[in-house]
Amino acid sequence: MKQILEGSHAVAEATRLCRPEVIAAYPITPQTHIVEALAQMVADCRLQSEYICVESEFSALSACLGASAAGSRTYSATTSQGLALMFEVCFNVAGMRLPIVMTIANRALSAPLSIWNDQQDSIALRDSGWIQLYAEDNQEALDLHILAYRVCEDHDILLPAFVCFDGFILTHTYEPVDMPTQEEVDAYLPAFNPYQKLDAKDPISFGMYATPDYYLEFRYENQRAMLRTKEAIRKYGALFGEQFGRDYSGLVEGYKLEDAEVAIIAMGSICGTVKDAIDEMRADGKKVGLLKIRCYRPFPDEEIAAALSHIKTVAVLDKNISLGSKGAVALEVKDALYGSSIDVYDYILGLGGRDIRKKDIKAIVDLAEKGSGDMFYGLREELL
Amino acid sequence: MVDKTLELFECGHRACGGCGASSAVRMILKGAGEDTIVVSPTGCLEVFSTPYPETAWKVPWIHSLFENASAVASGIEASLKRQGRKEKVVVIGGDGATVDIGMLCLSGAFERNHDITYICYDNEAYMNTGIQRSGATPFDASTTTSPAGSCSMGNKHQKKDIPAILAAHGAPYVATATMAYPTDLMKKVETAVNTPGACYIQVHAPCCTGWGFDGSKTIEVGKLAVETGLWVNYEMIDGVVKKAKKVKRKPVEDYLSVQKRFRHLFKPQKNDEEIAKVQAIADRNAEKFGIDL
Amino acid sequence: MPLNIGCTARPGKSRDNRTGSWRVFYPVFVKDKCTGCGICTLICPEGCIEVKGEKEYVPDLNYCKGCGLCAEECPGDAIMMEKEEK
Repeated sequence: MKQILEGSHAVAEATRLCRPEVIAAYPITPQTHIVEALAQMVADCRLQSEYICVESEFSALSACLGASAAGSRTYSATTSQGLALMFEVCFNVAGMRLPIVMTIANRALSAPLSIWNDQQDSIALRDSGWIQLYAEDNQEALDLHILAYRVCEDHDILLPAFVCFDGFILTHTYEPVDMPTQEEVDAYLPAFNPYQKLDAKDPISFGMYATPDYYLEFRYENQRAMLRTKEAIRKYGALFGEQFGRDYSGLVEGYKLEDAEVAIIAMGSICGTVKDAIDEMRADGKKVGLLKIRCYRPFPDEEIAAALSHIKTVAVLDKNISLGSKGAVALEVKDALYGSSIDVYDYILGLGGRDIRKKDIKAIVDLAEKGSGDMFYGLREELL
Repeated sequence: MVDKTLELFECGHRACGGCGASSAVRMILKGAGEDTIVVSPTGCLEVFSTPYPETAWKVPWIHSLFENASAVASGIEASLKRQGRKEKVVVIGGDGATVDIGMLCLSGAFERNHDITYICYDNEAYMNTGIQRSGATPFDASTTTSPAGSCSMGNKHQKKDIPAILAAHGAPYVATATMAYPTDLMKKVETAVNTPGACYIQVHAPCCTGWGFDGSKTIEVGKLAVETGLWVNYEMIDGVVKKAKKVKRKPVEDYLSVQKRFRHLFKPQKNDEEIAKVQAIADRNAEKFGIDL
Repeated sequence: MPLNIGCTARPGKSRDNRTGSWRVFYPVFVKDKCTGCGICTLICPEGCIEVKGEKEYVPDLNYCKGCGLCAEECPGDAIMMEKEEK
């Protein structure tokens, strides 16, 4: 059913449809509308869930960890500083192979303090062992939550996932979305069937420590599960398409890429702006296309190489900066295209909520065509 | 009724010989019973009982991190509630994990009053990392980060009063105990796990390695702590002290002199002035809890 | 044995680690002096003293670390610590 909803409410409704049994969350801008909406659903008995109002994000994810280990489907949401506070727990959840799904309402990290959007927060957790999915719009954000639970809980995967969508740009924007029914979601997402759980009838020890005789192999298993996730996304993304009419089988998604000479690579809501800019550039005769990265972890290296084999120039839009190095996405795109003749240029932009408009995208394409890149884009020179 | 023959903690763990904590854990599990899920923060207990794949636990057990055991327990309790399951959720963690780094999660879990029992085995320092001072280290104890020296008498601060802090959260049952009195400890654990809401027990667990005494003396040292009034065994029901164990008090010297961590109070010469400060702590305890016979 | 996903284990495995090899002294139980109170089994940090019958307490020397806590606390002085011959 089509509804016009704020992004946060669309995500909260999708979460409700996934029937999380335990929710633990701590309020932080711009994630608050999601957890408020879920709290109201519990208060109104629209959602049968234990909702724990914890005293910090650190405890939020820790409580989810305990609940997941005890055999419940769990959910949390956070952003920015909250995610940074969860850092230690994030690695722990992934290592313990607990399929927790968490929304990240992407926001910049302090200092300076900024409540506005970029993707530094989730990017900073790229090595933590969580699947990372990025939504372009609210429909995709909604859908990716349902997909994420399906993928994570597969016993061949057993990994947690971030579903990332841009703070304010999506969380606080009303868009029409197609909301599935409970019956449809139930048909797609079976009840949680934990691989193993804390149970007095069949006791196991969880979270033991590993000596050097074992640790390396545990990390290798995490990596293998992460790599298997690619196939799981293809499978369950296609199944999603069959059931809901929106196909998510691709870890990446091309837009007007077939005959393009210049490709833009981006993640999240900026892709909408890029598409509009591409339409206008094409009207002017410029052969530009977009490769949207929907799944950043596992990183779609082979998929990127295959999609861009005919491209001359690539402009990567990075809403993050690995300080002292480059934009995190560009680094890995360069790795994926290593050995090819494709020129890859990196543009750090939009940090801390700096607006990116169609004319900026066009300007970046011009820069890339001139061979000028690996730079912060849009700096106010008068401040430097 | 506590089943003293119930064995839920297996041989083969790697605790030091004479470890007060491992002895305490066996008693705690007898008191809690087999329908128990244990959460342990990082620490000696976690390390000596669970090198993969050699677990010593015969009940379900989970370790996540150093500072989040209370939050993990909160999540487990919520999950069990949602599933209609009845297992008891018991945290067993050291003093560092409890009174220092885990304080935030501990406070949150007790404010929300989850139906959990939190048991701190208090060996009064970070033993797992090599006997560093914690907020539970007693006054004048020498540790590796509060060492006695030519211008130091060791730890300058008194133990943080976590039982009082948690009682102030509205905890229905708060108790202190020691592994030196097994029956009392087991009974208190049984009471705590059968009391709805967040309950707390702090268990004095002498550490022969960290405190510097022979492993055969663990119980003797534990008893001396109580007999000198430096450790008081009591119960608080809804924030009110109900039962405090009365003793015919011995001078604190009897307790201090048998442990290397207080050796600087006696050598090169006996420091009466400093020992008097420790005696004053025991005297205050005695007055506060009315333990003198 | 492939790894257990998530670094988990089922009970019993700690028994693979025979801590008896740590021992310098071993306990000798003198039945005549035993009062049958059972404090030794209760306080043993290893939990390795088995009750075989009335006043019959038997330490499992595969695991006994020889700490001597039982001997120290035995009210009947019925447990002697003897030096291991190695």
